[in-house]
Amino acid sequence: MSERMTERGSDVVVVGAGIIGAACAYFGARAGLSVTVLDRGAVGGGTTSRCEGNILVSDKEAGPELDLALASRGLWLQLAAEHGADAFELEEKGGLVVATGDPGLASLRAFAAGQGAIGVTAVPVSGGDLREYEPNLAEDLPGGTYYPQDLQVQPVLAAASLLAAARDLGARVVTGAEVTGASRGADGRLIAVRTTRETFPAGAVVNAAGTWGAVVGERLGGSVPVLPRRGFILVTEPLPRVVRHKVYSADYVANVASDNAGLETSAVVEGTRGGTVLIGASRERVGFDETTSPDVLRRLAAHAVRLFPFLAQVRVMRSYRGFRPYCPDHLPVIGLDRRIPGLLHACGHEGAGIGLAPATGRLIADLLTGAAPQLDPGPFDPMRFVLEDA
Amino acid sequence: MTEESFTFDGRPVAFRPGQSVGAALTAAGVRSWRSTRVDGRPRGLFCGIGVCFDCLLVVDGRPNERACIVPADAGMRVESQKGTGHGRLEV
Repeated sequence: MSERMTERGSDVVVVGAGIIGAACAYFGARAGLSVTVLDRGAVGGGTTSRCEGNILVSDKEAGPELDLALASRGLWLQLAAEHGADAFELEEKGGLVVATGDPGLASLRAFAAGQGAIGVTAVPVSGGDLREYEPNLAEDLPGGTYYPQDLQVQPVLAAASLLAAARDLGARVVTGAEVTGASRGADGRLIAVRTTRETFPAGAVVNAAGTWGAVVGERLGGSVPVLPRRGFILVTEPLPRVVRHKVYSADYVANVASDNAGLETSAVVEGTRGGTVLIGASRERVGFDETTSPDVLRRLAAHAVRLFPFLAQVRVMRSYRGFRPYCPDHLPVIGLDRRIPGLLHACGHEGAGIGLAPATGRLIADLLTGAAPQLDPGPFDPMRFVLEDA
Repeated sequence: MTEESFTFDGRPVAFRPGQSVGAALTAAGVRSWRSTRVDGRPRGLFCGIGVCFDCLLVVDGRPNERACIVPADAGMRVESQKGTGHGRLEV
């Protein structure tokens, strides 16, 4: 039976069952395409399960990524309205960015002013008012900005729910199948994806392999410059609701945008529905090194206690780490690979993949069906690196 | 009898040297000392060897101590635990 399905093939094979692949599958299926999703591991087994599930507009400056984030935020809310917020554990919790010193507060205010021009709501909060938002914050912080549009989902649940919705629309999900190569027709067009399990005939192939997008791209014949940027997260013991919003220090924005290869840490603190508090965030370019670094964990804990002194009395249960997929210009790679007809990329979303997933999936669906994209795909063109090299 | 004691929710509980808080409570007929976070169900010793984290209670003001591996000590103030044990931090 599956043999026949394989012979018939799908309009599109999506490589990667993380949040991006799930969104591509969902919007592809919704556009009427037959979709097969492949993953070498399980659903959400890569970076999707190693993050915090943030959907942020607060940390992005005006530009193509913020445009994508705003479009994506609207789609997340729409998905929650259609499938229920519980399907994703979507919370409209809002973000609170706090400065730990006066220079930080000045740059935070300037940053917010730039965002306000294009649809981001940023509410200045004085030092005295911070504790009305977060009663457990340290008393000596000079001020911050409240971003009511920031959301959070449970990322693995969100990926699984999107895939389930795609399956309801006829999509097929195959786990435990690692891509080994591609077959091309006489005209050079991709016609099938070869895997460790079987060969999947495809009208088009979407590389949604996240941090492993470079390897998968190469196996499919079109490489993309996606590299890993390691981050650790601490998980506390379960607590009552002690943090209402996503709360992070103003240094975080500078670290996200930085090109520094060395270790960068800043405080990012948020509660979860399960009761644990998640503490990030670190960024390091150390390849796929999985070694736990006690020094990084110590720094994360110290930064978090600076914002929330009560955390010093709370136990950390465990830590985890993930590898954000970053591109040299910090923009994702979304679109047609014009070197290999039939190949598209949707990867390299760095630390923003959960937030950017729906708009990415819809853009890929538009490109596959020939519909007019609702957002300019130009800045995300995979060919921008190739042309630079030429 | 040269037994020493600690207090559990204000009343004295005798223990023998080397006994854990959980063993002393169980010997005194106390079988549950924590209520779960969501449904408030009773919990006491389960694995008894420090692995399952079911037997949590408050020792000298510190929540989430495992009764089965904390050695009983004279004068210790032991209290039953409600939920996370961090209720005062709730906002």
